[in-house]
Amino acid sequence: MTEEIIIAGFGGQGVLSMGKILAYSGIMQNQEVSWMPSYGPEMRGGTANVTVVLSDERISSPIINSYDTAIILNQQSLDKFEATVKPGGLLIYDPNGITHYPSRKDINIYSIEASEEAGKLGLAKVFNMIVLGGFLKLKPLVKPEFIHKGLEKSLPARHHKLIPENEKAIDIGKTLIKAVHLV
Amino acid sequence: MKELKLMKGNEAVAEAAIRAGCDGYFGYPITPQSEIMEYLMYQDPQKTTGMVVLQAESEVAAINMVYGGASCGKKVMTSSSSPGISLKQEGISYIAGAELPCLIVNIVRGGPGLGTIQPSQSDYFQSTKGGGHGDYRLIVLAPSSVQEMADFAGLGFDLAFKYRNPVLILGDGVIGQMMEKVELDEFKPRWTEEEIRRNTPWSTMGKLNNRERNIITSLDLDSHKQEKHVAHLRDKYLEIEKNEVRYEEFQCEDAEYLIVAYGSSARISQKAVELARAKGIKVGLLRPITLFPFPKKPLLNYVGKIKGILTVEMSLGQMIEDVKLAVECKVKVEHFGRFGGIIPTPDEVVVALEKQIIGG
Amino acid sequence: MSDIVTKEQIRRPENLVYSKTKLLTDKALSYCPGCGHGTAHRILMEVIEELNAQEITIGIAPVGCSVLAYEFMNIDMQQAAHGRAPALATAVKRLMPEKIVFTYQGDGDLAAIGTAETIHACNRGENITIIFINNGIYGMTGGQMAPTTLPNMKASTCPYGRDVTTMGNPLRMTELVAQLPGVHFVTRQAVHTPSAVRKAKKALRKAFDLQKENKGLTFVEIVSNCNSGWKMTPVQSNKWMEENMFPFYPLGDIKVDGQLVK
Ligand SMILES: Cc1ncc(C[n+]2csc(CCOP(=O)(O)OP(=O)(O)O)c2C)c(N)n1
Ligand code: SF4
Repeated sequence: MTEEIIIAGFGGQGVLSMGKILAYSGIMQNQEVSWMPSYGPEMRGGTANVTVVLSDERISSPIINSYDTAIILNQQSLDKFEATVKPGGLLIYDPNGITHYPSRKDINIYSIEASEEAGKLGLAKVFNMIVLGGFLKLKPLVKPEFIHKGLEKSLPARHHKLIPENEKAIDIGKTLIKAVHLV
Repeated sequence: MKELKLMKGNEAVAEAAIRAGCDGYFGYPITPQSEIMEYLMYQDPQKTTGMVVLQAESEVAAINMVYGGASCGKKVMTSSSSPGISLKQEGISYIAGAELPCLIVNIVRGGPGLGTIQPSQSDYFQSTKGGGHGDYRLIVLAPSSVQEMADFAGLGFDLAFKYRNPVLILGDGVIGQMMEKVELDEFKPRWTEEEIRRNTPWSTMGKLNNRERNIITSLDLDSHKQEKHVAHLRDKYLEIEKNEVRYEEFQCEDAEYLIVAYGSSARISQKAVELARAKGIKVGLLRPITLFPFPKKPLLNYVGKIKGILTVEMSLGQMIEDVKLAVECKVKVEHFGRFGGIIPTPDEVVVALEKQIIGG
Repeated sequence: MSDIVTKEQIRRPENLVYSKTKLLTDKALSYCPGCGHGTAHRILMEVIEELNAQEITIGIAPVGCSVLAYEFMNIDMQQAAHGRAPALATAVKRLMPEKIVFTYQGDGDLAAIGTAETIHACNRGENITIIFINNGIYGMTGGQMAPTTLPNMKASTCPYGRDVTTMGNPLRMTELVAQLPGVHFVTRQAVHTPSAVRKAKKALRKAFDLQKENKGLTFVEIVSNCNSGWKMTPVQSNKWMEENMFPFYPLGDIKVDGQLVK
């Protein structure tokens, strides 16, 4: 099994840390992982993205141009990455701020109202975990116990008290994910 | 058991250096490698292993701090990215001339000039042909994974002390910024003064009564002596070429075509090999791990067995010259590259292979 | 209702109280919102405009957040390697003494990697103006310690605060160069309030006037904020600057007419 994922949105939306938690959980589950971010001043307030690969085998390229899954959190990223999803692949987006919706017919498209729900529940800090929950509902690549371990490993010890809140957000995300178009 | 961590390449080389018993790091911030010094400052190894970490006022100062530390037989290192490495060249030349061991990390970005902070491999010539003035070579290690960033810190120090020669780890923005799983070595204690005196009898740790004074210099005004010294350097480099060639082959057994690529380009090319094989193209990948010494013989062995070689580099084509020399121009060799901070995609590599080598 | 002014009325030329100097391009500034670089650019270009000197001014941009100054300043500009701006400026001025030449440099550029170039250009008394933006941090590269970082102040390469016993004390470059005979006018300013901006602009004007009189090197430090690097909001950062930076880097003239101010 190899899963190639792009996560993209604004800097500050927790794009990089979502990828990191996913990657760390993969390691805990004894998989090979790679995490390749966009970097540099272009990220100041601008867009941020990260490519995460989880695999049972040695990972060849950490840089890829087509993905099994795209997790999209703003319009710029949707415009940029919709075309890069492999035919039959998965696109998840948060409709908040989206004006031009995805239009491909050869991929599975889901939406998740994560930012709205996070706002309502006062969970803005773990918004990214809601999105991750939605993804894991559709593709349960890592088991919850390994997500727990991944959170433990990727959060500094002083933030470990926030792990339950993160896990709760993941569970909420699982209930929010909605199919928009299926092939 | 070895410790498993998810780390950036930049963090891995820093952590591995602490664990390898590094005595000192001297650097100056520059993207995309600032995490090396930031990580070291955060870990604060002075409190645990006693390793010194210092932010210098410039790359020129940093490399000269390395010169001073290395003269004392200490395991010292510096890191930078292309524009900063250019500034260090004078110091590197002195260090090579004085035959001092040290570790230098270059996380290459696109140039020339201030260029871009995005990944590139355009410092190949500078790294493998000397870089500064004079007849000298660095041992150049080209990691293609975060694990190798960690492994090459220890290996780099070992080779540096074995040959009394500076070792360069040549990475790029991809290798520095990406996170992967790493297995970290156990902590090796730093050498004690007694060990340093034993392991590096040439070092300037203070003249004891039982030996002559030691002098570290790269100067010899007597040309005959200087010629001898340079000949000695040549013999050392030949010895290194004999002993230290490292490379990796991927799907080469039945290959009709070969891709040669190092560092992150090798990762992209490995994926390209997978894609091409799925199309029925028999192609393999040879990845030089040491760029000096370059795997000349292994490449020459392919002459007569393959129909063509594509070199993939994030540059206008620099390593291709060594590949052509290695196969003595008996095989068609073509270059494919993106540059200026653009990373080629595996698909582009396959297209280049089809157009430039198979079709061409 | 006649006393309510409409948008159209406001926009009439006679109601215009301010317009952007033509010496700033229309390119949107790449600085973080709240950063002092933008204001410093503006008053610098206003002064060049007031001097009617667009055609004879050459600016040298550094490496730092203001590396792109040439995108915003509508004059001929050169972009130097990190720290080397005073060397470029020296040559430009020596080869074309009738021109106005300035460098615009951050603290890392001017007071770390470029210390030698700065001190020697000052010591030679080059007839140039050095504008020194001191924000106590390396903004461009993501908030590392600068030579001017305050004691105990946190930065990414001093995450536990600057420990002066191992990392050195903050360098008051401006006081240092003021000691050199070749330096004619030295002042320290800020641009975080309207009155500070007015003073800073006057200081810049004076520096360029003196350059035209061939008086020697003129040096204008502007203590500024780096809200991104300091990890504060712009408002917080200005307050922090007043409370922490100004006591260490007091504002005012340091050398006037070649004489140190007591
Ligand atoms: C030779 C060299 N070394 C390092 C760098 C990386 N670098 C770019 S800007 C900078 C520091 C900028 O700080 P400062 O001068 O204080 O300006 P600011 O960004 O805060 O305005 C550094 C170290 C470089 N470009 N060239
Ligand atoms: S990083 Fe700091 S100095 Fe640079 S533009 Fe932002 S606030 Fe200004």
